[in-house]
Amino acid sequence: MELIVSLAIGVLAGSGVWLLLRPRTFQVIMGLSLLSYAVNLFIFSTGGLRTGAAPVLEHGVPGNLAQHADPLPQALVLTAIVISFATTALFLVVLLASRGLTGTDHVDGRERDG
Amino acid sequence: MPDAMLLIAAVGLPFAGAFAAVLLPTHARDAAAWLAGAITLAALAMVWLAFQTVADGGVLRYEIAWMPSVGLDFSLRMDGFAWMFAGLVTGIGFLVVLYARYYMSPEDPVPRFFAFLLAFMGAMMGVVLSGNLIQLVFFWELTSLLSFLLIGYWHHTQGARDGARMALTVTAAGGLCLLAGVLVLGHIVGSYRLDEVLTAGVRIQSHPLYLTALVLILLGALTKSAQFPFHFWLPHAMAAPTPVSAYLHSATLVKAGVFLMARLWPVMAGTDAWFWIVGTAGLVTLVIGAYIAIFQHDIKGLLAYSTISHLGLVTLLLGLNSDLAMVAAIFHMMNHAMFKASLFMAAGIIDHETGTRDIRRLSGLNRSMPFTARLALVAAAAMAGVPLLNGFLSKEMFFAEALTAEAPLPSAFWVLPVLAMVASAFAVTYSLRFIHGAFFGPDPMDLPRAPHEPPAWMRFPVEILVLACIMVGVLPAATVGPFLDMAVRAVLGDATPVYSLAVWHGFNQPLVMSLLALAGGVLLYLLLQRHLLGGAEGVPLLRRLEGQRMFERTMVFLSWRLARTLEALLGTRRLQPQLRLVVGVAVLAAGWAVSLRSFAPGNLLPSDIDPVIALVWVVGAACALGAAWQAKYHRLAALILLGGAGLVTCVTYVWFSAPDLALTQLLVEVVTTVLLLLGLRWLPKRLDAPGARPAEVVTATRRLRDLALAGAAGAGMAALSYGVMTRLPPELLAQHFLKLAYAEGGGTNVVNVTLVDFRGFDTLGEITVLGTVALTVFALLRRFRPAPDSVDLPEQQRDQSAEDEARPDRVDGDSLADWLLVPAVITRLLFPVIGLIALFLLLRGHDLPGGGFVAGLVMSVAFILQYMISGANWVEARLRILPLRWISLGLLLAAGTGMAPWLFGLPFLTAYFSYAELPGLGAVPMASALVFDLGVFLLVVGATVLMLIALAHQSVRGHRAATRPAAARPPIPSAGRIAAAVGED
Repeated sequence: MELIVSLAIGVLAGSGVWLLLRPRTFQVIMGLSLLSYAVNLFIFSTGGLRTGAAPVLEHGVPGNLAQHADPLPQALVLTAIVISFATTALFLVVLLASRGLTGTDHVDGRERDG
Repeated sequence: MPDAMLLIAAVGLPFAGAFAAVLLPTHARDAAAWLAGAITLAALAMVWLAFQTVADGGVLRYEIAWMPSVGLDFSLRMDGFAWMFAGLVTGIGFLVVLYARYYMSPEDPVPRFFAFLLAFMGAMMGVVLSGNLIQLVFFWELTSLLSFLLIGYWHHTQGARDGARMALTVTAAGGLCLLAGVLVLGHIVGSYRLDEVLTAGVRIQSHPLYLTALVLILLGALTKSAQFPFHFWLPHAMAAPTPVSAYLHSATLVKAGVFLMARLWPVMAGTDAWFWIVGTAGLVTLVIGAYIAIFQHDIKGLLAYSTISHLGLVTLLLGLNSDLAMVAAIFHMMNHAMFKASLFMAAGIIDHETGTRDIRRLSGLNRSMPFTARLALVAAAAMAGVPLLNGFLSKEMFFAEALTAEAPLPSAFWVLPVLAMVASAFAVTYSLRFIHGAFFGPDPMDLPRAPHEPPAWMRFPVEILVLACIMVGVLPAATVGPFLDMAVRAVLGDATPVYSLAVWHGFNQPLVMSLLALAGGVLLYLLLQRHLLGGAEGVPLLRRLEGQRMFERTMVFLSWRLARTLEALLGTRRLQPQLRLVVGVAVLAAGWAVSLRSFAPGNLLPSDIDPVIALVWVVGAACALGAAWQAKYHRLAALILLGGAGLVTCVTYVWFSAPDLALTQLLVEVVTTVLLLLGLRWLPKRLDAPGARPAEVVTATRRLRDLALAGAAGAGMAALSYGVMTRLPPELLAQHFLKLAYAEGGGTNVVNVTLVDFRGFDTLGEITVLGTVALTVFALLRRFRPAPDSVDLPEQQRDQSAEDEARPDRVDGDSLADWLLVPAVITRLLFPVIGLIALFLLLRGHDLPGGGFVAGLVMSVAFILQYMISGANWVEARLRILPLRWISLGLLLAAGTGMAPWLFGLPFLTAYFSYAELPGLGAVPMASALVFDLGVFLLVVGATVLMLIALAHQSVRGHRAATRPAAARPPIPSAGRIAAAVGED
């Protein structure tokens, strides 16, 4: 199972990096989104892959790692998801403003010379 | 008065005064002068109060531990040597303040001048009274900064700006070297405390890093004291108002360098390295400074080079590694401060009353300003070393030392005495030139102003200083004796040699040398008369030795050519190479780390592969690769595929026990997709024409390279993840959180408890970021101008409108409304339901999957759905959402929950919970974390909705703008309209 998830992370990260290096702003924003999936999954996976062990406790019973998955990476990733949404939104708006100002959607604000 | 108070007052008063002076009105000249005078007198009184303790051989100390773990304490320390300097700084400081009151014009912003001057005085006191070397460097750099402000006080003139910049560059760069040197010294000694450093002489000199520390510290001291080859900044600093020159170049700024060398003399000096570096720098500076001074036409320039020369003398004395030379050095520091301050003031008076400082234009002022002339005459005689004046005494000591110094090269024993005599003759020549040129000869012709005596109080400081020169010169032992003795004992301790402060030591070699120098100087002046009267600019024989030009060249090289070359070589303004570099370096760094420590999967046995999740990820990987493939020409398809990858991620979270993450991911996926869809409309059309033009070789190569890089990054991430997932660290923070979530956080959903309680401060920061981003998006879009080719209505919308217009029974927009009728009814019915779900998720969040983030996203989806189906106009006619209010309310609530515990004396964000019995509902958990989560909820709703609405409104604007023929329609709804929509007018 670990193999599947790590391959998945690899594919997401690879596609993300490829898009990150492309010249069009939309490609870059897609790349950032894919990369953030990969990174979020990676951080999440540092807590180990557990099935049927959601970190939700019984009332009045202290939890333990035998029964529950690691909640810390989950908490970190939860805010990371929301923040990556915010950065995507900000980047989208900057992208649109740049396109409005320069008339091109090239990342440098102008088409490549020659 | 206790020592602590006294020391703090001595250093702190000038700073307090500077602060007060800043607050005065711009032209309050008298008030500022009174303030500065009173402050300086008070500081002087502090110094005087300390006299008895210090004279008895005591040392005043005051320390506050600041960061004791790294040896950083605020520490003040006053011994006899520091006392002498503190006395000079405040004493001459007071005279300078008095003088400046009359010198400064009422048109100048005088309070600012006094503020700088007082702050500079404070910094100087900090330097001389520091008991910690790091602190000393701090004040040292502060003097550099403040001298920059003082020299550049008349910043409207180019000369002042250049001079200030040069002084700052040279002295502050030296200060950085000094800092490095002090760090090395502290490393050798193991402490930065002056007391401990001064007792570690043997350890310092035997340490292999001694030379490093020495060179670095000397770089600091020699630049500050304007020693060759760093002397060039000082003459340019003459662009400062004359009181500043009188202060900086007599008793303070440039003396800091020799002060430091003398301070560290007992532990750093005595070696050959010290002798060669310090001695050579001093000797060269002494001779060259005096030589150049002769040929200056500006009297301040003459005094500037004379200052350089005299500092060279002090430096040379310090470099001789002899106790008696040390005595002479300290003595000359005092003497030079006295006569040079008075000479600068006299030069200022001449400038002030005649309007020029050019010796070629000045002449015969003796008749119009006889008092000033006599004062200047005495001071200049002291500078030249005429008997019965203070300069003579220290010069005699210097000659005696020059004769007895142990030359490392026996055959060169004559060099030092001869050069000392030559430099002394030069000093006589330039002193003569100053006095004879300015005060004697025929009456001056066409001066800018008719010369006359200055106001009595302006002359008063000069009188005091000249009187001191005479008193010390005639009765040295009775006047300056105790102070000198105190200062020398503080530096040399038990090694203090026997020395004699008498005017007459008999007819000995030094006296002969003095007489020779006097005669030689007069002779030289007579010989040079014709050349000097010719008025030629520049210095004979040394024309090419222009430190300034070297400095300028270095600056141009460093700040322009080198920077440009490096930028051309290494920099790019293009994003792609930069990103390529970032990714490449990251991959290489990871590879390097792996090569260092080898890579292997961990100890955990991988769990069995579930075919379902494997299949799901086949789809997910295909989606990701497809999105990467299609993002250029088929944006919508790529967006859908991206959503697919997101959904698969979401499924993975569900599968592996992270319900909160799955919920959040799902909702963010929805919101992101809507957001990107809104953005698509503004991007240019790009049509895929496969095979129309084969990719050029360059492009193909670039793509291959990027593909390789992406492949490497992906493979690396996969390997890294596998390595991490198959390991389990022995101690996990999670155990702590799992155990305490219920007991201390009062919730069973550990993820949520972590967010709102254990790591509440993080969450507060993160929602602040979210709110800021939303406001930024809003602000950016207010001024949004679409590209010209995106202004037209989209094709699909035009088709719909065409259809509506073709039929007489329909109006524009009907088709759209018809097509979306069923979804519109459903979403309107769903609106309260979704709201209720959001509330449910919010309330149960503490115990079950849910929480503020998720609930907020659900709520914003409820709003967005209405916008999408019914259009912005329809929604805003019925529902006024005020996202900015939601954001501020959310932030206030979250921060307020954090601050509430303060009322009970508890730390920020302390959580509180209990169960409340509600009729009919039973026990309901009441945690303060719920209020915090409510804040998160409100903020997330506000931020998300604000971003989406602001973007959506661009389409409304674009639409209106496009359909507006010439001037018939109302004006374009612009920023104001969005502002109204989001509730801010």
